[in-house]
Amino acid sequence: MATDFTFSDSAARNAAGEPETEKMSLSMGPSHPSTHGVLRLQMELDGEIVTKADPVVGYLHRGDEKIAENMTYNQFVPYTDRLDYLAPLANNMAYAIAVERLAKLEVPPRCQAIRVITAELARISSHLMGLGAYAIDVGAWTVFLYTFGEREKLYRLFEELTGARFTTSYTRIGGLARDIPGGWLGHVAKFCDEFPPILEETMKLLTRNKIFMDRTVGIGVISREDAIAYGLTGPNARGSGVPLDLRKDRPYSGYGQYDFDVPIGTGGDCYDRYLVRGEEMRQSVRIVRQAVEKFPEGPWFAADARKIFAPPKDKILTSMEELIQNFMLVTEGPQMPAGEVYFEAENPKGVLGFYIVSKGGGVPWRLKIRSPSFCNLSILPKVCVGALLADIVAILGSFDFVMGECDR
Amino acid sequence: MPSEEKPGSDSAVTAFKARFPQAVDRPSLDHPAVNVPAADIPALLKSLRDDSGFDMLADLTAVDWAEGASPRFTVVYHLYSTARHDYIRVAAGCPDDSAPVMPSVTALWPGANWHEREVFDMFGIRFEGHPDLRRILMWEGYPYHPLRKEFPLAGIDTELPDAEVAAETGAGLKPAPMMGGPFVASTGQINMTEAEPGAKDESWTERNEKPGP
Repeated sequence: MATDFTFSDSAARNAAGEPETEKMSLSMGPSHPSTHGVLRLQMELDGEIVTKADPVVGYLHRGDEKIAENMTYNQFVPYTDRLDYLAPLANNMAYAIAVERLAKLEVPPRCQAIRVITAELARISSHLMGLGAYAIDVGAWTVFLYTFGEREKLYRLFEELTGARFTTSYTRIGGLARDIPGGWLGHVAKFCDEFPPILEETMKLLTRNKIFMDRTVGIGVISREDAIAYGLTGPNARGSGVPLDLRKDRPYSGYGQYDFDVPIGTGGDCYDRYLVRGEEMRQSVRIVRQAVEKFPEGPWFAADARKIFAPPKDKILTSMEELIQNFMLVTEGPQMPAGEVYFEAENPKGVLGFYIVSKGGGVPWRLKIRSPSFCNLSILPKVCVGALLADIVAILGSFDFVMGECDR
Repeated sequence: MPSEEKPGSDSAVTAFKARFPQAVDRPSLDHPAVNVPAADIPALLKSLRDDSGFDMLADLTAVDWAEGASPRFTVVYHLYSTARHDYIRVAAGCPDDSAPVMPSVTALWPGANWHEREVFDMFGIRFEGHPDLRRILMWEGYPYHPLRKEFPLAGIDTELPDAEVAAETGAGLKPAPMMGGPFVASTGQINMTEAEPGAKDESWTERNEKPGP
């Protein structure tokens, strides 16, 4: 039987004497190469113009906040890897500092410096991924090969430091899983020397590229006011000229001692967001260089932290006190004071916040994760309206979101 | 308080509390925090935004204090000042414990839209005046609110969201196999309930059915 291509809908409207323009509804995702994971956009199109866009999120919802209420503070560290899985080291650090604020722990300078180095390397690796994927989205394949080569070098550094490439789980509450291995700082310094020329070469492929500019300049414009009203953070807000960066505004983990600039855009379009990410990578290299140069000696965990993460292994096996302490930590978790804290850290994708409500004991009563991708995506219904369908791909790519932290 | 933390914007918060005597101090380990009545939320947050400079809604969430507590649900707002770079925490208890409601602040910050949808989805708190209060992380038609304290970690048997697929396959959504739960060592072949009478009965796996009620 031949298929009847006449839309019954349209026939009915014609019979009712309504104008013939017909809107088409299009569902993009949840598995579409340009949706970077499992975002689904339910759109309404008038020809090629998007007249309505409704993001459908939640396909990657794992109930992280429910899980957190059912395990000890230490046990939740690996779950933070899986929020923004392109920058797990930065998530580890944000979570650790949030719990340290609750426990009133101050970590020593060496621990802070290691955390800063790892967080900035994570920022570079996240932006490299975002840049490469974005270039593919708008039709430039080569960039991806450059950025992935560099990202691979970073993942080797992460592997050398933490034993894992992706799911690092490196921080502990009040410290780190282990000190840096010998020679690691030298490898980091070597990367800082090799990376900037390659970054310049990579960005040269795009920054004055006619096709790239045609696809991004003036596309997906977000005003300064909208960026604040929708709670946008990170490069997406800074691309719109909002000069917010928690590393400067509320320095944590010793960020105050490093000299770096916060790039902001003027137009708020896809191109500005790209430029901001590029400049942030240069600034991250600056921070890492300084941190390596004045790398402090001393302990790499807080003095009181052994009561929270773990007593030294050799002591556990030989000393009664440490054995009991280890047993209590594993069974009941580290004992925290009652109270509420909210801590936000400047992650690659934006501001990652942890709101912890504790009733005391080893398990949080409530742990809310304020994820940057969730807030950043909430502006999509506004930004997408009026754009061409082909521009949706450019807009989505310029947001550089990760569904792992959006859906939690 | 870590030494590098800047002191809070005490003057703005003090002025705010002087304007609104119904805002009372809330215990907090870090930022200034106030408890306010639910009905005053839109007016107070508007004043915080326009007069006190807390122009950004950093976070909006809720806490379930478990059945029996009253107010059972508290909605918590974190506001951020983009000029002074500090936070204030505003909390309001929902008046009705069985059918909690809270006035919506989407008119003040469009970004509150998704946050309120999430709180509705996870806790079942209705936001009055919200333009489009649908579920956001769970699917439309899901019968529970998972972050309520009585909801079990493993989940509850539910029908598949797609009725057609469910009719065809006869499948449903089963609770996750917990292998004994996060506080219990791996069960192996032993029945956890017999081995550890105090342990949570979450000993089913993909192969062993969940014990009946």
